[in-house]
Amino acid sequence: MRWRVLLLALLVLAGPAWAELPAECGVAAHLAETSYPLPQVKRAIADKKLNILVVGAGSSQLPGPNGEKNAYPGRLQQALADQLKGVAVTVTTDIKASRTAAEMVKTLPAGLAAAKPALMIWQTGTTDAMRAVDPDQFSQALDAGINVTRGAGADVVLVNAQYSPRTESMIALSTYAEDMRWVALQQEVPLFDRFSIMRQWSDLGTFDLYSATKKLDIAERVHDCIGRLLADLIIAAAKPAEPPTNGSR
Amino acid sequence: MAPVSTERDLRLDLFRGLALWLIFLDHIPSNAVSWVTIRNYGFSDATEIFVFISGYTAAFVYGRAMRQHGFVIASARVLKRAWQIYIAHVFLLAIYLAEIAYVSSSFDNPLYTEEMGVLDFLKNPDVTIFQALLLKFKPVNMDVLPLYILLLAWFPPMLWLLLRAPSMALVSSAVLYVLMWFFEWNLPAWPSGTWVFNPFAWQLLFVLGAWCALGGAQNLSRWINSRFVIALAIAYLVFAFCIAMTWYFPRLAVYVPKFVGDAIYPIDKTNLDVLRILHFLSLAVITVAFVPRDWPVLKSWICWPAIVCGQHSLETFCLGVFLSFAGHFMFTEVSNRLFMHIGVSVAGIAIMVAIAAMLSWYKQAERQGGGPRPPAARPGLAGGDA
Repeated sequence: MRWRVLLLALLVLAGPAWAELPAECGVAAHLAETSYPLPQVKRAIADKKLNILVVGAGSSQLPGPNGEKNAYPGRLQQALADQLKGVAVTVTTDIKASRTAAEMVKTLPAGLAAAKPALMIWQTGTTDAMRAVDPDQFSQALDAGINVTRGAGADVVLVNAQYSPRTESMIALSTYAEDMRWVALQQEVPLFDRFSIMRQWSDLGTFDLYSATKKLDIAERVHDCIGRLLADLIIAAAKPAEPPTNGSR
Repeated sequence: MAPVSTERDLRLDLFRGLALWLIFLDHIPSNAVSWVTIRNYGFSDATEIFVFISGYTAAFVYGRAMRQHGFVIASARVLKRAWQIYIAHVFLLAIYLAEIAYVSSSFDNPLYTEEMGVLDFLKNPDVTIFQALLLKFKPVNMDVLPLYILLLAWFPPMLWLLLRAPSMALVSSAVLYVLMWFFEWNLPAWPSGTWVFNPFAWQLLFVLGAWCALGGAQNLSRWINSRFVIALAIAYLVFAFCIAMTWYFPRLAVYVPKFVGDAIYPIDKTNLDVLRILHFLSLAVITVAFVPRDWPVLKSWICWPAIVCGQHSLETFCLGVFLSFAGHFMFTEVSNRLFMHIGVSVAGIAIMVAIAAMLSWYKQAERQGGGPRPPAARPGLAGGDA
């Protein structure tokens, strides 16, 4: 508890201008790595113009008037802009609650055509698990979405479900998480393992994900960390020449 | 074919008991202690061990009944067992519904608005409960008992065939497995999708266990104990271990050659992937090679806790599911720090052992008491403490 208070104090002192990875995010940094490169992102960074499309469902959103800014897509844009000086970073989103992977694939071509991204970040799996979609169909939808995106000249990063300890005995995430892992490995696509990262935070007491609250503070910090770690993964994967590091720490 | 031996093989109870503990640890949601369980170090997990040993004991117990009392009596006993397991499943379902209802009334967090949607089914509990009674709606981690119910319901004709033409029975089971892969057979689930443990696939392990119990294992013993097979099994386990490590350390994934990845992924648990069967068989070969049947430790106090749990497997299994709910409740209501995870895991296993020991004592007391003798073969989950 004491070190958590200390940490918080440090964070407050450092202020919002601190572009480095806060230590509370950092405890899970080793999980936000990948061995697969992102060539289109690399090219886009070289061209000084990086467009990213985030496709997702309810867990890519936060409620409230500042929800859009504070949810991880907004935090990702901020983190990338801070780290990639001189590059015009634009993050567009196609986010709607309770969508399965197959439903997202349907709107994907239109989203890709509108945003012309170098990278599509695809958060999915939770709704499929809640509706118990046939795992084969889930995998096929993932494959289809990755192929469509690559056909449009963009890289893909998959983001799996949130770690949600309270509802864990009700949503059978494991099958869908494993399917995502298989697809990511086979397609050689980076998987941002949001589930393991959040679980690490919960196990270490970084964030109390069990708490029943209407307040947004923890949710906002979690999304902030996810945005930053995603930014680190993207930047590391776009520089395959050197072994992937965690960017700034 | 003569039965292998009339004396009970304590190794079966030991490993079934251990499998029950591992299933318990895996079933506590978000349990940090579950890293010790075998699923993290290879392709297969405790479910394979459990299904195989249950097939083995079912054949051991009901095979004897079928030889002594005929097809009808033995079948009636098997079906009675299936019914008992159904009742146990419904009992666990009631506890599960209580837990869900509690969470829905007590939990709120803006981070998890999406996930809370899972509670929507409480809006029409009539449909949910009805589908659950039909075994189409199965809550998380409650897929094993429905699989058993089905495997047992279908077991009498298979046992009949196993006693007459064991090889033919095994081949027909394998054919069913292959047909399942070709035609993608599975049973429907509710609200959508299919059974998590495809019975058309998992029957193969059950029948394989039964076949081994009825003499198959003896016929194979020369192969199983050959140096070559043991070396092969060790090599495969090492390979599976290395692959599993790349899942937890994404950096290592780059060392898995593309053709290997293409060949092995996805590793399908629902349809019991061949890689999983091979992993289980490798574990079994190593176990048989290094744990002899008359190993003195089996009769010592070290193995006793696991053995006593394995001998009362249905009760211990249900208790384990209940305890995993209770453990999760402790995490959410009391503390979710590491010491709590360890405490809940250790306490849960201790309770399982205590209850199993009590059941043993109860049974002994019943036998000694002057009342009518219980039937000779009282099977545990799919055959048990006969």
